[in-house]
Amino acid sequence: MSDDLYQQAIKDLAARESSRLDPADVSVTLDNPLCGDRIVVDARLSGGKVEAVGHAAKGCLLCKAAAAVMADNAAGRDAQGAAELLDGARAMLKQGAEPPLPALAPFLTARPHKSRHDCILLPFKALAKATSP
Amino acid sequence: MTIAAIRAAFPVLSRAGFHYLDNAAMAQCPGTVVKAVAAHDLTARANVHRGLHELARRADEAYDGARERVAAFLSAGADEVVFTGGCTLALNIVALALEERMQAGDRIVVSAAEHHSNLLPWLAMARRKGLDVAVIPVNRDGRLDLSDLSMIDRRCKVVAVTHASNVTGAVTDIPRLAGAAHAVGAVLAVDGAQRLPHGPVDPRELGADFYAFAGHKTYGPTGIGVLWGRREALETLPPALWGGGMVAGLDGDVPIPLDPPARFEAGTPPVAQAVGLARALDWMAGLDWPAVRAHEAALTRRLLDGLAGRDGIRLVGPADLADRLPVVSFAVEGCHPHDLSHLLAERGVAVRGGAHCARPLMSALGLDEGCVRASLAPYNDETDVDALLSGLDHAIGVLR
Ligand SMILES: Cc1ncc(COP(=O)(O)O)c(C=O)c1O
Repeated sequence: MSDDLYQQAIKDLAARESSRLDPADVSVTLDNPLCGDRIVVDARLSGGKVEAVGHAAKGCLLCKAAAAVMADNAAGRDAQGAAELLDGARAMLKQGAEPPLPALAPFLTARPHKSRHDCILLPFKALAKATSP
Repeated sequence: MTIAAIRAAFPVLSRAGFHYLDNAAMAQCPGTVVKAVAAHDLTARANVHRGLHELARRADEAYDGARERVAAFLSAGADEVVFTGGCTLALNIVALALEERMQAGDRIVVSAAEHHSNLLPWLAMARRKGLDVAVIPVNRDGRLDLSDLSMIDRRCKVVAVTHASNVTGAVTDIPRLAGAAHAVGAVLAVDGAQRLPHGPVDPRELGADFYAFAGHKTYGPTGIGVLWGRREALETLPPALWGGGMVAGLDGDVPIPLDPPARFEAGTPPVAQAVGLARALDWMAGLDWPAVRAHEAALTRRLLDGLAGRDGIRLVGPADLADRLPVVSFAVEGCHPHDLSHLLAERGVAVRGGAHCARPLMSALGLDEGCVRASLAPYNDETDVDALLSGLDHAIGVLR
């Protein structure tokens, strides 16, 4: 049931304040045309690694909540680290893999809701794009 | 005919606890329509207007008969009915066929309430040909603001508007726009995708030159649409698409197009789908439309009242019942439309959340995140509306 999809942990994540990063070395905007989610991820990079990120997520609760997890776990990641995070989140949702981060555990309940996977993956896709050389 | 009897024609609606309110995206299909499509393919499957064998003859009869059926529904001649692959294709065909006569600097007038299907083909053409595009604005309640039509001037060659909004349900005053368009020698193309599912239309009487609609929103199969064109308007248009079945022959390497409607039906048409659409229109024609309209209006009132009685809900579209379809959109403060539709779906209520392929309208109405749309059909009843309202209370409780 979706009532556990919208559990308190996810609602709390979604309700967190977020802000853009200015100045940033790179800004990536990604859209999910199905539901109109839009995420902007700004990153400051040093030697290819994320030093700081900012973001703005306009979209559904799942997208906003996932964006908060992304922002908490971006620092120190290079292109490979960001790609691993995206792959791990995808595998968790689609292949029954363990969450790549403990903070992603609340999203396990989204597994059966295929149409929502993209909402959750969007922030991680944006981070991967922001770090890719 | 009772609503229960109407509903009984749709097998999928017999599922307990299932409330289908996404009719503006795709209506359900009566069992008789599905059977007619299958029966055609099992007994009369052949290409049309090409063969002389028995199945070909039957297919020709079925296809031509379907065209007659559609024509009757539109109070039109069969030669004014073009079968296409869908409403989008029908609108693209009009745009492509008109392109030849457009000159740089000419103007196309659209409305801010258009579905992308009646916007993007014109924008693409405008880019290719250097045309000016003017937009009829909407009022706060989503109705077109027709107070100033000065943009429909001598430069204007095409006015392309929707007969009814797929978001707000507002019905456009087509005769008024027809008057304005024809006064300056422009043609009027009307997107009837949303209006046609709610009863027969006479596009000629409305003053349209072209009128497009979709089979799947009209209780028929997917993969078919109709382009109606006023005979005189179709005759002056060149083909938009090229292929088999649409030329009388070649003069050297110059194709000699057939008369309408064949001129606009390049390639193998959707034959079985046309048969299904004809059967769907038979079903529609059998309804008592004044009674159905009264029923749809009563449900719309019930839904509008229910929404108005709840906190933090913004109605998107007219609050009154005049000139509106039973299509009701709304936004809920603090709740994203996608989350709401997900939670409603969990309760068996099918609605649509998002931008509804109408980005300019979302911008004009300040709906950054889109809205939720509930769209009704003759088979919906009070239990559907009430399930939506109670589902909404539940969803808002979960999300807030
Ligand atoms: C107003 C309007 N016009 C055009 C279309 C396009 O119809 P189709 O996707 O069947 O081509 C739709 C479908 O959503 C619509 O609502």
